[in-house]
Amino acid sequence: MEYFVQQLINGVTLGSIYGLIAIGYTMVYGIIGMINFAHGDIFMVGAFIALIAFLTLVTIGLTAVPVALFIVLLIAMGLTALYGWTVERLAYRPLRHSFRLAPLISAIGMSIILQNYVQIAQGARVKPLPPLIEGGHVLIDSEAFPVELSNVQIIVVLTTFALMATFSWIVAKTRLGRDMRACEQDLKMASLLGVNIDRTISLTFVIGAALASVAGIMYLLYYGVIDFYIGFVAGVKAFTAAVLGGIGSLPGAMLGGLLIGLIETFWSAYFSIEYKDVAAFSILIVVLIFLPTGILGRPEVEKV
Amino acid sequence: MSRDPSVQKQLSSRAFFSALGLALKDAALAALVALGLFSLLIGIRTDQGPTGGLIIYTRFDSLAALVIAVFGGAFLRSLFFGEASIVPFCSRQFASLVPPRLAGWQQSAVAVWIKRIVQFIRQWIGLVVGTALLAFTFAVPVIFYDNRYILDLGILMLTYVMLGWGLNIVVGLAGLLDLGYVAFYAVGAYSYALLAQNFGISFWIGLPLAGILASFWGMLLGFPVLRLRGDYLAIVTLAFGEIIRLILINWRSVTGGPNGILSIPRPSFFGIPFVDSDRGFAATFGLEFSPTHRVVFLFYVILTMALLTNWVTLRLRRLPIGRAWEALREDEIACRSLGINTTNTKLTAFAMGAMFGGFAGAFFATKQGSISPESFNFGESALVLAIVVLGGMGSQLGVAIAAFAMIGGFELFRGFEQYRMLVFGIAMVGIMIWRPRGLVSTRAPTLALAPSKAGPVPTNRIGNERNA
Repeated sequence: MEYFVQQLINGVTLGSIYGLIAIGYTMVYGIIGMINFAHGDIFMVGAFIALIAFLTLVTIGLTAVPVALFIVLLIAMGLTALYGWTVERLAYRPLRHSFRLAPLISAIGMSIILQNYVQIAQGARVKPLPPLIEGGHVLIDSEAFPVELSNVQIIVVLTTFALMATFSWIVAKTRLGRDMRACEQDLKMASLLGVNIDRTISLTFVIGAALASVAGIMYLLYYGVIDFYIGFVAGVKAFTAAVLGGIGSLPGAMLGGLLIGLIETFWSAYFSIEYKDVAAFSILIVVLIFLPTGILGRPEVEKV
Repeated sequence: MSRDPSVQKQLSSRAFFSALGLALKDAALAALVALGLFSLLIGIRTDQGPTGGLIIYTRFDSLAALVIAVFGGAFLRSLFFGEASIVPFCSRQFASLVPPRLAGWQQSAVAVWIKRIVQFIRQWIGLVVGTALLAFTFAVPVIFYDNRYILDLGILMLTYVMLGWGLNIVVGLAGLLDLGYVAFYAVGAYSYALLAQNFGISFWIGLPLAGILASFWGMLLGFPVLRLRGDYLAIVTLAFGEIIRLILINWRSVTGGPNGILSIPRPSFFGIPFVDSDRGFAATFGLEFSPTHRVVFLFYVILTMALLTNWVTLRLRRLPIGRAWEALREDEIACRSLGINTTNTKLTAFAMGAMFGGFAGAFFATKQGSISPESFNFGESALVLAIVVLGGMGSQLGVAIAAFAMIGGFELFRGFEQYRMLVFGIAMVGIMIWRPRGLVSTRAPTLALAPSKAGPVPTNRIGNERNA
């Protein structure tokens, strides 16, 4: 029982990170109908920017952790958003009227570029960061297996939910959100009615990248070690989360993220840790075959 | 518009300077973005310190160089290809220099002849280059008999040509993006290796078995997933490739785990082994023993296998199934309304591509003598895909040239090994933007409607995007 509760806590933490990345996939897919294959690598870039920003702050003498973390959050969100914007501008926008596989192939190329760029710029070795936020609360003080909720986990989950709430509010209430929903329904009609679709698509990428960078910071805080390859696996899992929740649906992405995080954690805890990625990838295949619209998605109508 | 030349000149010089200003503005913006992008990731480098923690040091010189390069690049791009390009001015100035007599040269007899010659070359260049390349490839083991390095490189190149041609059936002909092609390569390699080790099966029996097994796996995967739309399919094949690799790593009792399988039997000359003994190849044919014999033999084996792949593809393209593949690539919905069973059509393409991948895998296993899961990662799939994309999806010659260029390029720039993946990522993006049908060659559908006399039918692109 204690073991189960502990795994539940770990799973929710991991799921929050996947959920944040999944939002980027689901928004872009909803609007322009492409899988932004490079999104996982944007998440990785975000984690690296956060790491470097933090080390720089420490070097120039800012050691108060909460202040430093806040500044790191702002820097990472801003710069990663710039990456998201640039990727869209360079690799996807010119292909909006190209043949159907072109954006996906371009996205794969972009993913390779980002991975190797970070590898060349920062080296292939893993980057460890000592734990910044220590301590925690013992929830169940059992002899056999004390259940602990660490402060990092609290921060990860709270930040995720705060961001998701903000983002849902943006989509539901603001002008930008209305433009996004209009583009999602019909890109051409939206442009005829005066929505600046280029700007809306750009902003979607920018927001997706900013959320992915927060996920990157959370990953860095939670695991304390990153390398240039984390984006690939995390990206595929977050994409699985988006598909599981119903691609194009915001609550779906959050739900899917949580589910994937829980499944992965419980699979590692009760079956085998070696096959945890196999479990996640199998879910992707199974969901796409039997439930292609996901849990909260709408069925897709094919138009000629 | 005034006819006065001085006024016109003034106008154009003013426009010229405004174009220059615009280009400067564009370039400054691009440089600013580059500064933001590279500031932390290039400008500051993290490294392992002496105590194990991370230390940082600055690299502002590289940062500055990159930003200046971006500035220059953006300036030139904006100046020559941007919205307010100066090219029209220059060409106008230039046009006034050309004597009017030459202005009508396009109608002249010489021009007509030049056009005909160009057309003729275009028509036959594929055949000529292909034949020359083939003849040269056949001659390589004779010319470079003493050069083991060239022979090994040739074998490697031909392996990728074969993989490219195999994937070309799936991606180029049928238009299905397969990101896990390396899984079938792995299935072929491990099938042959396990069959040979556990049951003592020789290469020539193991080869077709490996192909059949890979094609069986292709169908197993394809049957449920081929109903999916294009990009979902791509992700599922990617997931499948990763699953196969993870199983190869973790199923230690069968696959040997991360160490893989060692001492896989080498191929024999149809039963005659390449050994230095009385029963060996050299003794049987009255030659002096040399280890090169086996390498040359392997070279011709992979060449034959690659040509077989090519021949099968060329034949299939003329059969109804090949036509159906190409139709599927162009428009799936139209195919379905014409009564083509899209699932079966995709399945055959998938199984066919997987089979050739399996053949190539078996060859790889026997050539290397040992295999490990490391050879079958996503990078390999991406490399083969890049070869197909670069060569022009669907074009056989293009894919072969792209494979030669890519593998050869890797060898040429060995010193820049860490940059090679970066370069080919950039190439993939660039080709999609500028030459989406391939850099080396283009392949239009074998059969197509003649363009209508009323001009091209306007396509409703934005509306199509969602279901593309």
